[in-house]
Amino acid sequence: MIDVLLITFIITLFYMAIANRMLTYLKVLAFQGVLLFVVVFLQLQEINPLNLALILLETIVFKSVAVPLFMAYVLKRNNITRESEPFLPNFVSLIITTFIVVVTILLANEVKDAKLDKIFFVVALSSLFTGLYFIATRRKIITHVIGYLIIENGVFVLSLAVGNEMPMLVNLGIMLDIFASVLILGIFLNKIGDVFKDVDVNQLSSLKDY
Amino acid sequence: MIGIYLIVAFSLALALFLNRSKTIAFILLGLFLVLQGALTIHAYLNLHAVELSYFTYDSLAVLLLGALGIVVIPAVIHSHIYLEDQPAPPQSRAIYYGAYVLLLSAISAGYLSNHIAVTWIFTEITTLSASALIYHHRNKLALEGTWKYVFICAISITFVFIGILFLSLSLEHAGSDDLSFKNLLANSSQLNPFWLRLAFLFIFTGFTAKLGLVPMFTAGIDAKDKAPAPAGALLSSVLVNLGFVGIFRFYIVVANTPLHHWANLVISIAAFLSVFIATVYMIKVKNIKRMFAYSGLEHMGLVMLGVAAGGIGYYAAVLHIILHTFVKSSLFFQFTQLYRVFQNKSIYHVGNYFKYNTAGAMVLLLGFISATAMPPSGLFVSEFLIFRSMFEAHQIILLVAVLLLLTMIIWAFGKNTMKMLFIPPVEFDDSNVPVISPWESATQFCLLAIAVYLGLNPPAEFVQLLKESVMLLPK
Repeated sequence: MIDVLLITFIITLFYMAIANRMLTYLKVLAFQGVLLFVVVFLQLQEINPLNLALILLETIVFKSVAVPLFMAYVLKRNNITRESEPFLPNFVSLIITTFIVVVTILLANEVKDAKLDKIFFVVALSSLFTGLYFIATRRKIITHVIGYLIIENGVFVLSLAVGNEMPMLVNLGIMLDIFASVLILGIFLNKIGDVFKDVDVNQLSSLKDY
Repeated sequence: MIGIYLIVAFSLALALFLNRSKTIAFILLGLFLVLQGALTIHAYLNLHAVELSYFTYDSLAVLLLGALGIVVIPAVIHSHIYLEDQPAPPQSRAIYYGAYVLLLSAISAGYLSNHIAVTWIFTEITTLSASALIYHHRNKLALEGTWKYVFICAISITFVFIGILFLSLSLEHAGSDDLSFKNLLANSSQLNPFWLRLAFLFIFTGFTAKLGLVPMFTAGIDAKDKAPAPAGALLSSVLVNLGFVGIFRFYIVVANTPLHHWANLVISIAAFLSVFIATVYMIKVKNIKRMFAYSGLEHMGLVMLGVAAGGIGYYAAVLHIILHTFVKSSLFFQFTQLYRVFQNKSIYHVGNYFKYNTAGAMVLLLGFISATAMPPSGLFVSEFLIFRSMFEAHQIILLVAVLLLLTMIIWAFGKNTMKMLFIPPVEFDDSNVPVISPWESATQFCLLAIAVYLGLNPPAEFVQLLKESVMLLPK
């Protein structure tokens, strides 16, 4: 069951590579949050109320509700057009994403470690690299934040693969920090929307050395 | 104590953030200075004590905390002068002071943490508070600088987190799951080398955003340029030290495993590239603050070369990073006065500084001598020791290349500084240049003097702390 969910997660990455509209990205991000919740839930050996609440907060509340809604608000407030305007055609994006996934599978096969669940490793690394690829090839600043969120989801999967429980306090701190960084990115994105005509990376090239 | 410190410091930051009155801000900042001093003294008196199980007052932390405790006093004074000179609306002033205190307390807690994930948390808080400082001027360029800084730091901090996950995989092979540095060191012989290698790459890359080293240095340069100079002074001195703490504490673990030589190779490559890039930009750069920032890149390259060379290099690296804290912050504080005279950051429009502000010009001259490590600068001693360690480690070719690059840096830095001090600027109307009291430069002279004193005639306690902080490294 977990394998099916994780494979669905990879399919969402492919879907993102060919999706055109900004709102689609946000919906896929929300869906990924739900997927992650189910994966964590199935992995739980014992149901501890505090732990469950924390996971619910991290995946459902934060990843699939709060962040997508907040991003949708940012989109609307800054009148960002619905098209994602990638530098490369969608077909090429799809091929590159496929290439990334194939390479990570090959890489994971090289790793000889009984303590590591390979499918988790593949999913984590592919979303990490897909996120970086997204950041590199999209023109809008908001797609950079979406790329960052894909990376965050990948890191979440990786932390499941490691399966090492950090102390609750540390976990909470990490979660709050990530939330705060998304919030602050959003706030500055709004400012960029106010100051510049277009929310576009080409606008951000005036800091120079001479 | 650390618990009280964090609670009081965070509530002070919150109070400063909400407060709009200048007098109350004054009192709150005074309270923070007292608190910071108390923490530093408490840390020194309770050396090696553990508090709240995640914070240890070890030698490295005490040294850096001491440096922070000294730099913070002029930092607050210069912030006050800066905000008086360039009046900001009460709201931005409140955000500035709130973020300032939050940044300083997060850095202090980051120094003291003995658990890699806790260091991670406080490093992330520094990014958030630094972003408020960089955005102080609320204009296009500040926004661009802030955006780049926040984004690159967010990615880097994610890299550190991935590194921590790999590290815990590596630790699982040793049958343990406690990620404190002490436990990592105790289990260092059983760490899985494959995962440890990945962990080191990710953690090192991530922390370079704070340390200001290749590959993630770019955002830091923009940030130091766009932040108000009293905040830039913190970003290029005490915050850099936090990046160093993150890398150095983990390096101590790696150095006690068979991966020691490999890690040295990685660090050497990054460090050499840093010195190289610093040289290229120092020759080209025309913006004074960016020039100071690139000089920081060069110094961090040298520090990491010392770490990679080993032997006396470890001692020299820690000494160098402490002395650099004083020198670089003093140069940034001086920049606020320079800017008040010329209202310009470009070297073309600044000149003949001796005529307008003699005390400030002396600071600039002495700061230049200190930053380029000419005697009697304290940095001369640490740089000399770094070169000796490289010589002893038989890295002759690397040493020659670095020395050649340093010569070019000294030339470029010297050319620009002499232009600023003696050559009249083009089209500068000096009819209404403000008179700057020499007393404002007093703290900067003190910082430079401390760097000379600690370098040339270090007190025995200071040497003892330095030796203890590198004690766990293999000879």
